[in-house]
Amino acid sequence: MNAATSPDSSLNDNDALVIGGRTFASRLFVGTGKYASVDETRNALRASGASVVTVAVRRVDFKERGAASLFGMLLEEKFDLLPNTAGCYTADDAIRTARLGRELSGSDMVKLEVIGDQKTLFPDVVGLLEATKVLVKEGFFVLPYTNDDPITAKKLVDLGCPAVMPLGAPIGSGLGIRNPYNLRILMESVSVPVIVDAGVGTASDAAIAMELGADGVLMNTAIAAAKDPVRMAFAMRLAVDAGRLAHRAGRMEKRLYANASSPLQGTIGSSRGHDALGIE
Amino acid sequence: MVQTPERAATVTRLVSDIRVTVNGEEKRVPEGTTVAALVLSMNLRGPVAVERNREIVVRAEHPTTTLSEGDELEVVSFVGGG
Repeated sequence: MNAATSPDSSLNDNDALVIGGRTFASRLFVGTGKYASVDETRNALRASGASVVTVAVRRVDFKERGAASLFGMLLEEKFDLLPNTAGCYTADDAIRTARLGRELSGSDMVKLEVIGDQKTLFPDVVGLLEATKVLVKEGFFVLPYTNDDPITAKKLVDLGCPAVMPLGAPIGSGLGIRNPYNLRILMESVSVPVIVDAGVGTASDAAIAMELGADGVLMNTAIAAAKDPVRMAFAMRLAVDAGRLAHRAGRMEKRLYANASSPLQGTIGSSRGHDALGIE
Repeated sequence: MVQTPERAATVTRLVSDIRVTVNGEEKRVPEGTTVAALVLSMNLRGPVAVERNREIVVRAEHPTTTLSEGDELEVVSFVGGG
């Protein structure tokens, strides 16, 4: 095996994601929605290498039994469950949903969403701050889905969020990282980990988020809506690792004009006066 | 059928059922029904969480929490989501 197929894994050592003093095995967080079956979900989640998976809290359907088998599978696979408050349009609904999620998961982690508008699913940051205040007080480990707005991010951190999760683009849009400059400013504005949540469409988007300096990426549709979700899950895993490594390695400066990689001198047919080797 | 409070009260007295709302739907259950009994009667697979009148009823208290007339319950579980 050569270096291309067997990279030295020690290059990626000692780089675990730590949020609020807790260590996470993967920087890729994945959702569990929109898959064709529980088996496909299982295979995609395994391929992603994620340890944290998001779930939604919904009223039980008295006729539908599928939901229970998804929950059972997630417990069987020992994923860390991150209940979300998706679909909540008020702080109050989000708070109630978070409490129900905690009762189900037995964990204090919540992906807090307070949605402002059905068409864009952009966060209602006023409601988000309100719900954050209450849930932090109740001991929740609040991971807030927020705008790529550095000011809101700072307020969320001030309220006690151990990380912030700004969007890259609208949920489920697959548009990629729409505002890398805002994200960079946001990352420089807060001292906690930043997880880019929503908007990723394919592997390069995830890599870009990580190269920008994100501490992790959370995605659902990019994997679930791929033609081959399991393969895409694995691609995302590699992309997150690649982007992270590139960020740690430190990219070269960009320049407008070329800068040859091969020596300019000593090419055959050079006029004598330009002979690099100085052989007259 | 339109459920006026008067009619509901009559029914309650006659069959000693109480009316509760479960996930937005009105249900009649025998007086003295506990949260655990209600959940059991739904034949659900897998764990659920229950909120009663906007307060969580922790699982350990499902067997000892008796429903009252007019209770509003939310019975939820996890589904796939992002």
